[in-house]
This record gives sequence, C-alpha cells and structure tokens, in this order.
Amino acid sequence: MFKKIFSSVRQYKKKAFLVILLVLIEALCGTLVPFVMGKLIDLGIIKSNLFKIESIGIILLIITLIAMASGVSASWLAGRTSAGFAANLRYDLFSHIQTFSFENIDSFSTSSLITRLTTDVNNMQLMYAQLIRIAVRAPLLLIFSAVMAIIVSVKLSLIFIIMLPILGVFLALIINKAKPLFKRVFRNYDHLNQVLRENIRGIKVVKAYSQAEQETNKFDDAAHGIYKVFTKAQQIMALNAPLMQLTTNLTMLLLCLFGAVMIVHHQLQAGQLVSMFSYTMTILMSLNMLSMVFTQLSMATASGERISRVLDTQSTILNKKDAVKNLHYNELTFEYVNFSFNHTDNQLQDLNFTIRKGQTFGIIGTTGSGKSTLVELIPRLYDVTSGEITIDQTNIKDVDIKALRHNIAMVLQNNVLFAGTIKDNLRWGNAQATDLEIKQACQLAQAEEFIDQLPNKYDFVLEENGSNLSGGQKQRLCLARALLKHPQILILDDATSAVDTETDYKIRLGLNQYLPNAMKFIISQRISSIAAADQIIVLDQGRIVGLDTHQNLLKNNKIYRDIYESQKYGDKS
Amino acid sequence: MKNDHKFKKILAEWPTLKRLLKITFKNHEWMIFVSFLAIIISTLASVIGSLFLQKLFDNYITPLVKSANPNFFPLFKAVLYMGLIYLLGILAVTLYTQLMAILGQKVQLKLRKQMFSKMQTLPISYFDNHNYGDIMSRYTNDIDTLLQMITQSLPQLVNVIFNLTFVIVGMLYLSWQLTIISLVIFAISIIFIRFLTIKSSFYFNKRQQQLGRTNAYIEETLTGQKVVQLFSHEEETKQSFFKLNDKLRIYFGKANGYAMMLFPFMGNLGNVLYVLVALIGGYLSIKHYVPLTLGTIAAFLQLSKSFSQPIAQFSQQLNSVVMALAGGKRIFNLLDQKSEVDEGKITLTDQNGNYSWQKDSNSTLLLGKVEFDHVNFGYENDKEILHDINFKVNPGDKVALVGETGAGKSTIINLLTRFYEINDGQIKIDGINTKNISKESLRKLFGMVLQQTNLFTGSILDNIKYGDLSVSDQQLNNAIKLANLDIFVNQLKDGYNTIIKGEGNGLSQGQRQLISIARVAVVNPPIVILDEATSNIDTRTERQVQQAMDNLMQNRTSFVIAHRLSTIFNADLILVVYNGRIIEQGNHQQLIDKHGKYFNLYNNSLVLD
Repeated sequence: MFKKIFSSVRQYKKKAFLVILLVLIEALCGTLVPFVMGKLIDLGIIKSNLFKIESIGIILLIITLIAMASGVSASWLAGRTSAGFAANLRYDLFSHIQTFSFENIDSFSTSSLITRLTTDVNNMQLMYAQLIRIAVRAPLLLIFSAVMAIIVSVKLSLIFIIMLPILGVFLALIINKAKPLFKRVFRNYDHLNQVLRENIRGIKVVKAYSQAEQETNKFDDAAHGIYKVFTKAQQIMALNAPLMQLTTNLTMLLLCLFGAVMIVHHQLQAGQLVSMFSYTMTILMSLNMLSMVFTQLSMATASGERISRVLDTQSTILNKKDAVKNLHYNELTFEYVNFSFNHTDNQLQDLNFTIRKGQTFGIIGTTGSGKSTLVELIPRLYDVTSGEITIDQTNIKDVDIKALRHNIAMVLQNNVLFAGTIKDNLRWGNAQATDLEIKQACQLAQAEEFIDQLPNKYDFVLEENGSNLSGGQKQRLCLARALLKHPQILILDDATSAVDTETDYKIRLGLNQYLPNAMKFIISQRISSIAAADQIIVLDQGRIVGLDTHQNLLKNNKIYRDIYESQKYGDKS
Repeated sequence: MKNDHKFKKILAEWPTLKRLLKITFKNHEWMIFVSFLAIIISTLASVIGSLFLQKLFDNYITPLVKSANPNFFPLFKAVLYMGLIYLLGILAVTLYTQLMAILGQKVQLKLRKQMFSKMQTLPISYFDNHNYGDIMSRYTNDIDTLLQMITQSLPQLVNVIFNLTFVIVGMLYLSWQLTIISLVIFAISIIFIRFLTIKSSFYFNKRQQQLGRTNAYIEETLTGQKVVQLFSHEEETKQSFFKLNDKLRIYFGKANGYAMMLFPFMGNLGNVLYVLVALIGGYLSIKHYVPLTLGTIAAFLQLSKSFSQPIAQFSQQLNSVVMALAGGKRIFNLLDQKSEVDEGKITLTDQNGNYSWQKDSNSTLLLGKVEFDHVNFGYENDKEILHDINFKVNPGDKVALVGETGAGKSTIINLLTRFYEINDGQIKIDGINTKNISKESLRKLFGMVLQQTNLFTGSILDNIKYGDLSVSDQQLNNAIKLANLDIFVNQLKDGYNTIIKGEGNGLSQGQRQLISIARVAVVNPPIVILDEATSNIDTRTERQVQQAMDNLMQNRTSFVIAHRLSTIFNADLILVVYNGRIIEQGNHQQLIDKHGKYFNLYNNSLVLD
C-alpha cells in the first residue's frame, strides 16, 4: 500500500540509508558502554589499577562520543530528509490532483483533499522521521542489549527471559481490554459531534422554538456517554505506568539479590552486575519506545491510507495520444447524451441538439434540472456516460483537452478569483493580453467603471477568493477574464445573477457585437434573459422537454408557458 | 528545547493557565493533594532505589566476599525492605495515574457542559462569525489538548521537578565532588542546547509562516479547481506550488533537524556523564583524593543516568502545556462571549390558541399588529445595511417582500424575532417595543419556514413535535394534514417513526421542507414567516410545498419572501426592498399605478430571482 508513497523519497534515498547506518553505530556504541564500564570497574576500580582506569576510560569516552556524534547527525539528517520526503509527497499529491477530473474531485470532496495535502502529509513526515530513527533504534537497542546481557551473565539473563513474557502478557491484556472501550469512545464522540453539528447548523430553529433546554439535555447525555466509557478506558490505560514500574523494580531487585549472591560466590564480578543494571534499564526503555512507535505508526497508517487512495486514483478524464488540436468550431452536437454522477441515477437523459457558429442558445429549467451539468460536459469537466458530444463531427473525447478548453470560456455563478492583482487574474484568460485588450474586455463586462474607482485600478490587489470585492463586481471580472480568451464557445451559467438588471442587459448586448461568431450558451432562471436567443432548451428533470424559439415554445410547450406565466402573470395554483 | 521561549509563552498566557488550573482544582482539591503526595512518594522511591545500590555493594557484598562463611540473611532483609519501598512507589504511581485519568474526564465533562449551555445563550451573530468547524474544534481538539495536559503533562512536570531535586540531593549525599563535576559538565552542554534552541525556534517560526502560506495556496487552488482547469492553468499552478513547497521543505527540514538533534544529544549526554563519573571517580578514589567506595560509584552511575532523562521530558511536556493553553484560550473565548440580552418583562400566554400579553398583572389580548419604526441595522455597527425601514402591518395581513438577492429581505425578517439587535428605531408588536418582550415569548409568536431546513436526528414524529412535545393528538393531526405529510410518510416502511438523520440522507429537500411546515403548524403560532425560495425540489413536491405554505398562511399574519406572483398579487402589503431600503410599499394595484420600480420589475418579469 505504501509503495507509491515511499516512491516520493526519491533523491533522499541515500541519505535515508545513511541515517539508518548512523543509528546502527549509535545503538552499537550505546550498548557497548555498560559492558566496557563493567570492565573498568572490575579491572580498574576494584583492583585499584590506575592505568586500566585511564586506558579503558578513554576508550569508553571515545565510544560514547562516537555514539553521540552519530546520534546527533542521524537526527539532523532525519529531520532534513523527512522534510524533503514530505515536500516530494506534497508535490506529487498536488500534481496528481491537478490531473483529476471533477468526478474524481467530487468523489473525494475538496475539503478532504485539502486535509490529505496538509494534515495527512504532516503525519507521514512525522512518521518517516520516527521510522528512520527511533523505529530503527529501539529494536536494535533491544536486541543488542539482550545479547550483551547474555554475554555478561547467562544466569542473570534468565531473569529477563522470565520477566519479559509476563510483561508482554499484561500489556496485551491492557490493550485488549482498552481497545473495545476506545471503539465505544469513538462512537460516542460521533454521537456528540452529531448533536453539536445539528445544534450549530440549526441554531435558528432551536432559538425560534426556545428549545435550548431540550438541546442541552441531549448534549449532556452525549457528553456523559463519553465520560463514562472514556474514564474506564483511561483508567485501564493508566495501568501501563505502574506495570512498567513494577517490572523494572522487580527486575532490579532480583538482579540485586541473585547478583549479590553470585558475586559473593565468585561467579560474577561487581562491574558485571553494574552493567546488568544498565542493560535492564535499556531493554525496558526500548520496549517503551517501541510501544510509542507503534501508536505513532498506527496514526500514520491511517494518513498513509488516505494519501494512497488519492495517489492510486486515476483521472477519469484522459487525453488521447493522437488527439486532434485544430478544429473550426462550426458546429457542436449532442447525440443521445446520457450522464450520471458515479453511475447512479441518470442526471441527464437522451440529450440531442446542434448549435452552429454564431448562434445563441438559452437554457431554462428549475434548479436541479441539470442545466449546469449539461454545459459542464462541453469542456469535459465531466465526461458523458453514454452518447457523444461532437464538434465539427469529431467526438470531443478525441480532441486535445487543452486545445478544447482553450477555445471555451465558461463563467459560473460562483466563480473564483485568486489572490493577486486584478490584472493577474484577468491574464488567466490570455497571458499575452495587452493593457488595451484588458481594458476592452472590462468595458464589455461592464467592469471598467468600478475598476477605475479602485485604488491602483488594474493593479488593485485581490484577497483570497476576491473577498474584498462585492459579488456583482467579482462576476463582472470573471466575465472579463473569460472574454479575454476570445472563445469559440462562450457559456454563461447564471453568470450575472448578482449584477443588476440594467447592467445585465448591457452585457448581453455587448457580447453579440464582441463575439459574433462564437457559439453562446446562456443559462438563466429568467425568461427575459434568454427570450432573444436563437433556440431555447427547456430542461426538466434532466430531459429536454422543449427546444425551439421563444415564440414557438410559448405556443407549444406547456412547461415553458408555465414558467412564463408564473413570471408574467403569476402562478394560480 | 526552546524552553525559555515556551516559558515566555506560558507566562504570557498566565491568566489562561490560572483559570485552567482553577477549573481543574475546584471541587477536586483532595484528588490533587493526594496525587501530589503520591508523585512525591513515587519519585522518592525510585531515587532510594538507586541509593540502595551503595548499601548493596558496600554493606552486603564487599564484606561478604571477604568472609569465608557468608551470612546472607541481612542481604535478604535489605532486599525485602527495598522491595517494600518499591511497592509503596508502585502503589503511589497507580494511585496518581488513576486519579489523573478520572480527574481529566471530570474536567472534560464539566467544560463541555459549560460550553454548550453557554453556546445556547449566544446571539445568532456569533454563529455567523464563527464557522461551524471552528466551533466544533473547541469541543473536540481543544478539549483533547486540555485532557492531555491534565492527565499527562501536569503530573509529569511535577514528577520531573521532584525527580531532579531528589536526584541532586541523592548525588550530593553520595559525593559532593562528583556532583559538582556532573553539574559542570551539564552546564557546559547547555551552551550547545542553547544553540540548538535558538536555531530551531528561528526556523520554527519561519516554518509556521511558510506553512500558512502554502496551506492557503492549497486551499485556494483546490477550491477554484474548476477555474484552474477551464483556463488550463495546471502547469502554472504546479510551478507556483513547487516554489512555495520547496521553501517549506527547507524551513521544515532545518526546524526539525535542529529540534530533533536535542534528543540523541541529551540521551548520549547521560552516557558521557556516566563514563566521566566512572573515570574521574575511579581516579579520585585510587589516588585517595576523595574517599569513594565501589558502592558509591555504582549508585552514582545509576543516578547520573536518570539525571539527563527528565530534562528532555520536561521540554516535551512544556510543549503540550503550550498547546493546551492555546486550546484553553479558545475555550474561554467561547465561555466569555456576551450572551443574548433579554431584558423583556412582558410575556405572552397561550390558552388553547388564545394569546394574551402579561404585563405586571395586567392581561391584554394579542392582536398581532406589527410595526417597523425608523429601523436601522448592520451586522457590524459601522456597516449599516438596512436603512430607515418603516412599515405597518395589520392583524391578519399578508406581507410580501420582493427584491433581488442580497437586497435585505431576509435581514428584515431576522429582526422580527430579535435574532439580531437593531441599531436605531423600534420594532413594535401591538404597540409594544419588542425589546420589552421576553425573547421566549416573542419567538413563540412566530413560526418560520426557511429555505434551508434544519431537522434533528430522531423520528419524523419527534421532529414534528420539536416545538411542543406535549401537543394534543388533535393538533398533531391537523398539522400533518395541513402539511400534506401523509402522502410521502405513508410510503415509508416505519411511517412517522422512521428515523431520519439531521443532515437528512434519504429524504428529499422538499420532503424535509414539508416536515418543517408541520413542525410550525404544531406550535400554531399567530404569525408566520416563510421563504418561498424552493431549490432542488422536483415540480410535484414543489406544488405540495406551496400548497402547504398557503395552508399555513391562512388566517394568520404572515411575512413572505415572495417568489411567486400569486403570493404577491394576493398580498395586503408588498414591500419592495432595494439596497437595504424599502423603496416602495402598497398592494399590487397601488404599486402598478405608481409606475415606479415595482412597475418596472413587473414589466420586465424580473420580480423573481
């Protein structure tokens, strides 16, 4: 599962191995210290041999300094490489998401993709840093210390061999007891979150019905549910500390007792006993470290899985190798087009129509009838489920995506602007646009007037999402940005909803003069906005129920007439 | 380690810390006291354990080695005593870890309850200004960090302080000369630690800034992904991201590198100390400069190992205190918010649908006259968005609000129920300023069906009865009939007992709206507020919803954000809202005759949005 993730290590592979090597040296030196120390005590201190003390002492000092140097440099390297790995991973994820189709993005949701790019990558980074240092060091220390302990005294090592499994059993017991409790804790948390969420989202309802008390009771119950189970779980987990303490103390006592007897019987030397004390501490400490690493790992595994799922997802919209680049955009045809999100119910059914150069199509229908989805199929934000969309008789799936999108400009109701100057944003439409062209596009989009009133005018800096502009101003900028593309196909999806009616009218008038040859789609809820269109598509529940001129639809189409009547004479239902 | 940096942070947040500790200690004094004692006992036991080594070697091993016929009894006795001391230590550890686990949960529960009851009293503006995730995380993440601090960090910090004290005392007891040597070595290493600290905190700050920038970029581009793709800007976006990301890599790497070097340094410093003590101690004792026995050296070695360990831990625990303080601050911020003001003394009583005002001991029948008198309002005080709103509504009248999105229709409606406080002017019901009516009574007057329907997890029946749990069967049936609920509920397997989720999977938008209409009908309020905008509703359900709304309006004073011309035609009063002002008012005919904005809107068929 993590294969793809770890392929992001790339140029840091060598350094990663170096870290492991350094940690190995550190652990080896570290475990040698108590052994040599025992020798120093036995040969030097006890025998009052100054030469031995000096010579062994200096060797010891060198060993510890090597351990320190390799440990410190391993950490430094681990810090650097883990950051490098995280940066690679972040970039890989980001680039991969850039290839995603909207179907892909919808299936993850934008906010969950953001979490994966931020929190999850950080978790992986943390794990990676842990993994290449601590996770290597702890088991090495454990193994080396155990081996050294056996070398020093086989008999005394029996104490470990008895104590460790007992400790293991108790630890397993604790975890086994706590695990189902923690599952319940999480379930209770879900419940608490649900009560909270509904309360916050529905706060107006709560207040309108003066139900604060009832809500508080609900919440208190949920909070109590967590309290009861979580306390139990925490109490069980808290047994961990005394258990470790018990094992350490008991081992030490047994070592003292048997060690002393053995020394008196000349089966052991004092220095060896001192080194056994050290190995006891190291073994138990590394066990503790291992359990910490495991909790870290399990957290990171969850993050790793979430990242892998993104990396393993192949974009559902791909560019063909021999894709067509040059088209004339003479006509666009929908042929038996069906579309459904995630292959469930059909969102759009059996769509058939043809639009020609210079024509304007209006699209009308209630919210949810599929208007936006219909136009999103044209630049291949989504691919049709069956049927085909062709431009000049070429299926758009065979057209180069970049070239296709280059020739289509689409303005959405909730369009997005990015942090940067107005000019920067407009140049998204055409990087080479001259100041004159930009001005002209803004004139057409009726944006010039308000831009001229801004400080710095076209160099006015927009905040994130253009939050320092009003909705109507943003919409007009988005329109100008789209016009700068000189598109062959222009799609306005309720693009002027926040613009007042007079301006809206001026914009529509200007479009026909500026882009006489483009195919134009105008989605609107208002009949007045589309009445002048060459053809009007009436959508109802994903089907085309009318396709004709305004006059003819009024005569022949009941739904269109209903909408018209409700807007003109009122709905007498 | 950045300890002094952390200390500074903790000191800067001193009031928060004090308040947190107060909450933690209050009503749990004995728990804290017992835990405190238990921590002291457990650290004492472990230091005594190290000192015991001296006695072991000097009193029980060295003499016995020399004797031909060793008597092990004193050794067994000493080990047994030590065992008892250890046991006491273990019991103490058990005691305080258990107490802390319980205490942490108690505090968690207490704070959560306090937060929620407080939250119920907050004005709607609080919820407008804080997004939902932000509020949620106070209940979850922030409380979690507090829990971590109470159950882990605080006891650990106390532990470390006593441990260090006892270790130094123990070292001094064994040999003051070796103690001074150890302390000097440690002091020298502080220079290196300072260096690491300064470097890592420098890069840590840079890293945080860069992380903020990078995350903001990620959020912006992913949210605007449609636009990125429509303009084929993927490559440019990737390049910008690469630059941000690479800077982040450098800062991250350096910050982590410097910070992570500390652990092996401290760990190995223990070893260096260990070796130097043996080397110097051995040298001194052989030269007879200092009387050092084998036992002293062995015990000192053991103590010097536990000398550097706590310091590394200390810094880690301080970290989590800093985090908990940040969380605590956010929690207190919620607890310290100003509650909704409710000074109204006048109440409303309901006797089988007959409402009357109660002021002091006077009772007057409710008429239902509503008046806005020169009302100005802004969500923020300096940004007025409703200007000089004036209108009068007679009992039983239907009021239609028309105008474009964002003109201020919903805002006017929100003021009726005092979800927001007005800046100037008065809103009066039967001539009474709504500020003098208790909020609960005021809200009892109104029933609301808004565009966004909020239901709660529970059965459909629970949801209908939300406003009045003790509703009579008769009233309940009327409400169900009024909302046409039978049509779809009877198709469900469990009927009215079907459990629905608050966020409403399974039910369509229209069905949820029908339930919310029934919910209003159960309470049978004298005035209703409706938003006709129906989005994502299929035509058939839309008809049902409209029908139900019409039923609800019958015989009631009603305010409607109108989207249907029939509603507007039939309205007794049409308010044309434009840019936060009521620019025209009157009935359809009056407004048409006026040849003003309404006339224009009407002729352009642009009444609807």
